[in-house]
Amino acid sequence: MESALVSGIQGLFLGVLNLGPGHVIMILIGSLLLYLGISKGYEPLLLVPIGFGAILVNIPLSEMMAEGGFIRYFYDIGVRTEVFPLLIFIGIGAMTDFQPLLENPKIILLGAAGQFGIFITLLLALALGFDKLDAVAVSIIGACDGPTAIYVSSKFAPHMLGAVSVAAYSYMSLVPLIQPPIMRALTTEKERMIVMGAVKQPISQTTKIMFPIVVTIFASILAPKGAPLIGTVMLGNLMKECGVVDRLKRASENEIANIVTLLLGLCIGATMEADKFLKAQTLVILALGFIAISLDTAVGILFGKLMCALTGGKINPLIGAAGISAFPMSARVVQAEGQKYNKKNYLLMHAMSANAGGQIGSVIAAAVMLSVLQGMGIVGQ
Amino acid sequence: MDTWTFGWTLALIGMSGTMLVLWILSLLILLIRKVFPAPAATPKKG
Repeated sequence: MESALVSGIQGLFLGVLNLGPGHVIMILIGSLLLYLGISKGYEPLLLVPIGFGAILVNIPLSEMMAEGGFIRYFYDIGVRTEVFPLLIFIGIGAMTDFQPLLENPKIILLGAAGQFGIFITLLLALALGFDKLDAVAVSIIGACDGPTAIYVSSKFAPHMLGAVSVAAYSYMSLVPLIQPPIMRALTTEKERMIVMGAVKQPISQTTKIMFPIVVTIFASILAPKGAPLIGTVMLGNLMKECGVVDRLKRASENEIANIVTLLLGLCIGATMEADKFLKAQTLVILALGFIAISLDTAVGILFGKLMCALTGGKINPLIGAAGISAFPMSARVVQAEGQKYNKKNYLLMHAMSANAGGQIGSVIAAAVMLSVLQGMGIVGQ
Repeated sequence: MDTWTFGWTLALIGMSGTMLVLWILSLLILLIRKVFPAPAATPKKG
């Protein structure tokens, strides 16, 4: 009886006895993410479940990510299979209005320039000694697109999923702080004051319906490995525009996106176990992610300057900064920055075009990357 | 394949491939717009 009592009491303290400094630090980091999400409003839909997942997985003996564990179950069916980010993409497609881009299609090129940070960061990561596929996973933070980052890192470097995802979502929410200094450094006051005329190009409903179908077929044939990414975004957008599957569209942008966001966030948080996350490499990943998004902004603006020169000064280079996937936050930053220098300047719709181009651009960049990797034999056929 | 051959190949083809695909998409948008033009707005009476 006495020994049973002692064993029972010991069982009650097993968690405390197994609590190490790593667990404590990670619980604090999880709490910090909760604070940023709840009090500061930084990407709360993701940071709250990520933060909570990080706390849960670092409770000693909780075995959340052990075989058969509560979160491990969702991780295996949704993250390991890459299904969760793809379901999120359907919702993103259903929420995105590509009309500004259809009105002014040449602006889509800014969405390509806004992805160059991915590839420059890839070279930096390789220079710092990352393995090839690890470098790919780090560089994809530059897509400035959470689901793409999760899709690519869970495919090639699942051990880095937590750090890559946290970096991607954190920097996306910090776009209003990261971009303006770069915009000011790379443009002259005269350039920032350029007024862009309104583009009033009527777009037929058939064009809006044909757009996702044509993009899916064309881009997927060119970069087949990216077909899941491109196809899901465009499926969502087709459901939005065709007008005959309103229930599916609403489910995609609401119920499905909400449920998957919750489970995805929990799973990402649960990859942040102390022994995997508390490494010097995590800090390097966070630094490279910051560099990637800064480079995206810089190259986008420089490409905007090139377009400005080629069009005889009709394009305000600031809109190049919106060629990233942080939609519509980046477009709003451009609008605010432009109005600081010219109160009569309304860059929002042009920046929205570039921003929509950035959304497509990030998916295309990842698709191209996956297909090139396949072509080089780095990943399976 | 050594690291730098891998890196430069992926970076160069990645950047040019992304730019090329999006440029072609912009041409396709122009083509779709031409094939399916928006109906002309009817002038208001009165």
